[in-house]
Amino acid sequence: MVEIQLFVGSTVALPKTGLEKLLANLLQIGYRVLGPQIQDGAIIYKPLKSIADLPRGYVSEQDAAYYRLVYSGHRRYFDVTPGPQSWKQFFFPAFSELASFRRDEHGSWQVDEAETDLTPLALFGVFPCDLAAIQVQDRIFLREEWKDPIYWSRRQSAFILAVDCLHPCGTGFCASMGTGPKANPGFDIRLTELEDVFLVEVGSEAGRMVMEGISILPTSAFWLQAAQKGLEDAIIRMGRSLPDQQELPNLLLNNLDAHQWDDVAQRCMSCASCTQVCPTCFCWDARDSIHLNGQTARRERVWDSCFNPDYSYIVGGNSRPNTRSRYRQWLTHKFASWYTQFGTSGCVGCGRCITWCPARIDVTVELRAIREEVQP
Amino acid sequence: MIQTLGKPHAFSPSEPMQPYWAKIIEIVHEAPSVSTFWLEFLDAHLKEGFHFKAGQFNMLLVPGLGEAAISISSDIEDGHRIGHTIRSIGNVTSTINRMNVGDTLGVRGPFGSWWPLDDFVGRDIVIAAGGIGLPPIRPVIYYVMHHRHDFGKVIVLYGARTQNDLQFTSEYKTWQDAGIELQVTVDRGDDSWDGRVGVVPILFYNTRLDPRNTVILTCGPEIMIRFVIFEALARRVPPERIFVSLERNMKCGLGSCGHCQVGPFFVCKDGPVFSFDKLQAYVNVEEF
Repeated sequence: MVEIQLFVGSTVALPKTGLEKLLANLLQIGYRVLGPQIQDGAIIYKPLKSIADLPRGYVSEQDAAYYRLVYSGHRRYFDVTPGPQSWKQFFFPAFSELASFRRDEHGSWQVDEAETDLTPLALFGVFPCDLAAIQVQDRIFLREEWKDPIYWSRRQSAFILAVDCLHPCGTGFCASMGTGPKANPGFDIRLTELEDVFLVEVGSEAGRMVMEGISILPTSAFWLQAAQKGLEDAIIRMGRSLPDQQELPNLLLNNLDAHQWDDVAQRCMSCASCTQVCPTCFCWDARDSIHLNGQTARRERVWDSCFNPDYSYIVGGNSRPNTRSRYRQWLTHKFASWYTQFGTSGCVGCGRCITWCPARIDVTVELRAIREEVQP
Repeated sequence: MIQTLGKPHAFSPSEPMQPYWAKIIEIVHEAPSVSTFWLEFLDAHLKEGFHFKAGQFNMLLVPGLGEAAISISSDIEDGHRIGHTIRSIGNVTSTINRMNVGDTLGVRGPFGSWWPLDDFVGRDIVIAAGGIGLPPIRPVIYYVMHHRHDFGKVIVLYGARTQNDLQFTSEYKTWQDAGIELQVTVDRGDDSWDGRVGVVPILFYNTRLDPRNTVILTCGPEIMIRFVIFEALARRVPPERIFVSLERNMKCGLGSCGHCQVGPFFVCKDGPVFSFDKLQAYVNVEEF
């Protein structure tokens, strides 16, 4: 076998048998490797010990309020599109400690220094929509004026192994959002999984190092074409689309009194499921507790949702007292206000909010309905 | 806007939720369930140099109970101590109102936008405040007194529920002596009240203002703000010279927790002080 020199930007072919070695390299470097695995009938992310734990051979069937994992017997490791979980939980955990306090001998409060686990994380199998979502959350938690220490401590050292999405899900519309099915830059390694090999694009120096000592092959025109064809087919087979999403900020903010808001409010249960599965939703609440002895206290950060009744509560009333106003806040934030706040859409087109809405509310349908109502 | 340069602030860019401890050095009773808490930072550097702009707020922390966003009601030129005028209403504010001199609080700040005093030079100023909406504007009143010649006519329109609920009454004479016109109204007057009865916006009917050169500053209950804006617009004061300080649920002060959003704005970071031209597309939309 010829020695192939790898550089950042190189694309090579990796035999399928090399994936175990790739995982071994990551583990040996000291990463805590997290990968997609089947649990309770869904794909979840947890420490990956062997590539045998990957959901090889499975596909997911997804539609509005519908999700099933089905064994189809294919030979691909990364065909199952994401379930309800996203990688958000690792950088922005659903529960994390903001601070803990202790009274000193004079009765004054002191901050207890918290110990953080600084083991670097490797995300093994990040789909393009979820890579885009991580980049959206980077803009939220890593600002010029401040950095969120919980997010930054995990994010700065994380290794991202992205995989192109050749068998996209039934509810996704990443092609419309420009986030997939091919992974945009921002990965350390990008895999395109073909029948007999992976194509590997090296995206960073860390990615190059992880590939050291792994047997690789030069790419061939056949494989590159197969990958290209696979990505083109994926766009066609994607279950949803959202045309003209660039127009949505004006469409939504100029039509805050559309009748469609009343219509969706009749169906939405304000359960917050969409915001919990959304990989970009970032709202959080601070919860405080004090020990019964009065000597120690804790501040905890928990995921919050604009659908929760307390979310907009202030003395004198709730500025969004009903489901109509809460759903409108969610949708206008995702598809309109987000641009002003963070220079990007808040939606990456992953389709989770559609799959996991118990009322089968589909954002692509709602947005189309608003457009049809106001631009008949 | 978070000030990351210049004078010290109770804010760490790498640990933005970390509180800085301050001691209560004086408590001034202002009205039933309203007191001004004067704080002094324990950290000598912060105590000497803490610096804020008129209209900004701090997050005040009671460990075990949580934080509350409270505007700073003291003079921006009065160093070493900062005043927060607090109405006892929620868990945190009620607990603070039961605290004593010598107790400590966590402080983060200052956060948010401010009344753009430099842009007011040469202008007439009309301040319209209701109830606990006056403390966020009090720094402006102090500033005007120190720099009285920089401004034209200055009028304070203030209202409270009853005469007992009027705040800062002991200062009214000083304000007036400094050339500030003060009009006060209450929602309900008793036998001893010989002043005006009614809501704040009606005070505009006794006020002559020059729309070409007047800035309006308003803070108070949202319904009052709404009608103050109506009155100001009706007098042809342009939206960009009407300044509003908003209140929303806030957990961070950073534009991170999401709670305080109004349209594209985070009230904690882009506000609390807005010129009305920025808000007008949103604030009159019901429940937005």
